[in-house]
Amino acid sequence: MSKNIIPVGPFHPLLEEAEYFTLKVDGEKVIGIDLDIGWMHRGHEFISETKTFTQSIYLVERICGICSTSHPLACVHAIEDIDNIEIPIRARYIRTLIGELERIHSHLLWIGLAGHFIGYDTLWMWAWKYREPVLQMFEIISGNRNHYGMMRVGGVAKDVDPSSIPKLNNILDDIAIKMDMIAKAANDDPVLRSRLVGVGVLSHEDAVRFCAVGPTSRASGIPADVRKDDPGDAYDLVEFNTIVLKNGDVYDKLVVRVLETLESIKIVRQCLDKLKNINGPILNNVKEISPGEGIGRYEAPRGEVFHYIRSDGSNRPVRHKVRAPSYVNIPTFEASCIGIPIADALITLAAVDPCYCCTERSIKIVDSSRQPTRIDLLKISRDKTDYLRRQINGN
Amino acid sequence: MGWYNKRLSKSIWVFHVSASPCNNCDIEILDLLTPRYDVERFGIKLVGSVRHADVLLVSGVANNKVAPKVKYLYEQAPKPCFVVGVGTCPASGCCFKKSYNVPGKVEETIPINLYIPGCPPKPEAMIEGVVKLVEVLNG
Repeated sequence: MSKNIIPVGPFHPLLEEAEYFTLKVDGEKVIGIDLDIGWMHRGHEFISETKTFTQSIYLVERICGICSTSHPLACVHAIEDIDNIEIPIRARYIRTLIGELERIHSHLLWIGLAGHFIGYDTLWMWAWKYREPVLQMFEIISGNRNHYGMMRVGGVAKDVDPSSIPKLNNILDDIAIKMDMIAKAANDDPVLRSRLVGVGVLSHEDAVRFCAVGPTSRASGIPADVRKDDPGDAYDLVEFNTIVLKNGDVYDKLVVRVLETLESIKIVRQCLDKLKNINGPILNNVKEISPGEGIGRYEAPRGEVFHYIRSDGSNRPVRHKVRAPSYVNIPTFEASCIGIPIADALITLAAVDPCYCCTERSIKIVDSSRQPTRIDLLKISRDKTDYLRRQINGN
Repeated sequence: MGWYNKRLSKSIWVFHVSASPCNNCDIEILDLLTPRYDVERFGIKLVGSVRHADVLLVSGVANNKVAPKVKYLYEQAPKPCFVVGVGTCPASGCCFKKSYNVPGKVEETIPINLYIPGCPPKPEAMIEGVVKLVEVLNG
């Protein structure tokens, strides 16, 4: 049988971001996959080193528009880790509230896009319709639909207005009813079941081998969750469950996300209840950051996001390293995509909720215009002589 | 061309070009299609191929790798084709102005007819921008 190559991208109608897949197919079956990234690289780590600590937080917010709380939260955790800065209790609850609302909107966004990918646009329109109230809650709390600008070193930038809490609770009740409906629909919808059950299976061993994180790993039976393992903010003060399923197929990844949304609604409700009673400052004023290095972790909607910051005592980071969850989730395509029909390949590629904006933190520069100079040629020639001499002596 | 532009304004088909954005303008563009804002009632439709497009929605700063492809896409689009820069990035470069991987303004790669500033602009602002474009097309 002949082997063909199907290029997907960089501007494909299904993909929101520019990325380039090369699918090798044998008939209908996918036998190989290659990914070319770098279309989204903007050089955040470099720009962050030219900005002050406070400006860096707003910069990393713009790494990705969907995880626009996870990156700033991991970044402030890293800066606070350098000096062990205390955070006021009210600020901790506000951080958790924003983080969990973001999880609800991100998961609903993915559920909608998953429906779009399998040609089930009704689900897309439903999920995005019920996502709008979450953005409305963000607008009440922070003033923005996306890019909230809430995080600061030592606390949060804005307080939650106590008079808005009953309104927020009402909106949350509406979302909870709709989410219950979507959970029931996902449970007995024949279209979703026939398209997603048993498709793109990522086994437990493969998930361990590729170090998968977040819902991708939790659907394969690995109970990894930074909120439980290393609770920052108010996660040790609220009650919630980690959702773990066994099969590892796309359907389980969908169910994990739907159930996690219900858990997030529980956390948001607890936070709003606490914010009614707990008063006090929201920002611990930090004058300067001492020399040292710190790491920050947070469970983003896609998995664990990791920030490393080194300070030399000045007002800007000397080194800022970002590792996004999609960076480890994207290589799992090699385990889950090989051997499945090409019709199922795109939903499998989308199932880990890849975010290429988060992932592309470095770039390879190939300078094809530069001709080797005389000095380069001389160096290559001498290196070869050295290499041959070592070989002869070794023999 | 005036006659053609007037016909064009009845039903604008848009194509979305993501030139290294942060995804935020992109999800707000998709938000326009969903029930809350639903721009299809104005005849505005998102199409899959640039060859069907009347308007290109460009978001992002267009880095070194993606800029030649964006130019290629613009050349492929049937003329007259109008380009709308969504967000602060195409307008001014946002916070990525001084990055090593950003060659310059998007304007230097492809001509842009209309800017919708905001990081990200609200869907209402995007609808207003497109309405302004329609008014210009109607003359």
